[in-house]
Amino acid sequence: MPTFDLATTTLRSLNQALHDVAADSTDHFEVKNPRGSHALAAGVAAPVSVEIHGSTGYYCAGMNDGGTITVHGSAGPGVAENMMSGTVVIEGDASQYAGATGRGGLLVIKGNASSRCGISMKGIDIVVGGNIGHMSAFMAQSGNLVVLGDAGDSLGDSLYEARLFVRGSVKSLGADCIEKEMRPEHLALLETLLAKAGITGVAAAEFKRYGSARKLYNFNIDNAAAY
Amino acid sequence: MCGIVGLFLKDPALEPELGKYLSSMLKVMTDRGPDSAGFAVYGRGTDGLAKVTVRLAGADAQATLLDGLGARFGGALGVTKRSSHLVLTVPEASVADLTAAIAEIAPAARIASVGANMEVYKEVGLPADVSAAFGLETMAGTHAIGHTRMATESAVTTDGAHPFSTGPDQCLVHNGSLSNHNNLRRELRHAGMSFATENDSEVAAVYLTAEMAKGKNLGEALEGAIGDLDGFFTFVVGTRTGFGVLRDPIACKPAVMAETDQYVAFGSEYRALVDLPGIETARVWEPEPATVYFWEH
Repeated sequence: MPTFDLATTTLRSLNQALHDVAADSTDHFEVKNPRGSHALAAGVAAPVSVEIHGSTGYYCAGMNDGGTITVHGSAGPGVAENMMSGTVVIEGDASQYAGATGRGGLLVIKGNASSRCGISMKGIDIVVGGNIGHMSAFMAQSGNLVVLGDAGDSLGDSLYEARLFVRGSVKSLGADCIEKEMRPEHLALLETLLAKAGITGVAAAEFKRYGSARKLYNFNIDNAAAY
Repeated sequence: MCGIVGLFLKDPALEPELGKYLSSMLKVMTDRGPDSAGFAVYGRGTDGLAKVTVRLAGADAQATLLDGLGARFGGALGVTKRSSHLVLTVPEASVADLTAAIAEIAPAARIASVGANMEVYKEVGLPADVSAAFGLETMAGTHAIGHTRMATESAVTTDGAHPFSTGPDQCLVHNGSLSNHNNLRRELRHAGMSFATENDSEVAAVYLTAEMAKGKNLGEALEGAIGDLDGFFTFVVGTRTGFGVLRDPIACKPAVMAETDQYVAFGSEYRALVDLPGIETARVWEPEPATVYFWEH
């Protein structure tokens, strides 16, 4: 069980060690004193597990492809940005654009996420225990965003095919984002996501579903005069 | 990109260490702003006395200025030299005479700040060098604000470095860029305000000074800024007794705050806060967009 204390070891040596493991490695890494470092455990490409004890800075777990990365603290901007696969868990809060452009895997934020959570998400699943900030899921293309608390302004603006589930209030919906019917397959999907995120005592029926009205992403000849 | 830090102490026991903490916070923000750095420190002050911080490079130029001022103000003038800055202390009633005499004796000198409590220092260079040149680590006080600059809207000069002080005991640091600063500067000039630079951040500082001159408190002036300033900004603002934070409605310029029983702290990033006492158990949060935060002693 390699342990990296970033008070005495460089961030580079940690990230290099994470990149040097065998492709099928299930090694377990412990990280102490992250002190808000940038790009911590970015580019993990093996099914290793990484436990980070403290809060991280920009782009923690960025591009994760198969790793299980847990932050016992809060995460700075761009956590799990462009995740491909694997799991990232933030025990505290996440700053702006958490899970941005993520293509796969599961991002669980147990606290709140701030603005632009899941912006341009492309297949990632994001589960937020608290609230999310404004402009979340902007231009989100696919994947699922589950929010147990409230959503800020302009949720799902210019949304493509991502599914948004919010249990609390939505301050305002963005352009072309509408509330949609919660059908049995959505309830089943939501139950699966909540279970994967380890959330108990919350029923899928408590959520509302939001998605694209699909009026923005095809050119409408009636609008030709506007160009 | 720029770095901002701020520390507002609630516990007087930490006051002797204010400069030490701010210096550490400022250095961590070097890679957000390596071209210049500056800071404002609010001390306890002395009743009836005002401080004028003067920026004037060169030992000879400083000696000439001090000789000239000594001849006019005699024993009423207190002097503390810190590298390119001089902190001059005079009775409150003599501030206008002092600034007029400085302009006359040393036209190259710049008034960095005027106030009962505040001293402002700024220079081009790495934050660690700027901090060391002025001896920030040994400064005491009630609250302080610092800035590391990566210039975008105007030249890398000491005049363009932050904080900007445009009123007694008032200062502002800014991360971002304003898009309506030319119009607003023109309007403020019409209203009788004066400017020392072409910098966009100075316009925000002058705007707040003008609003507070109308009788608003810092919080009310910041509320007005949400509608009147256009662009990207995270501001941290200091007054004699207060400390305020404001982010624009888009809020893409980063900000994180921490509060304990002993202090309120601001950083562009969490890593600026990691050396503060009790940070592990502090309440740490990200200030909301278009929301005014301010604390007063």
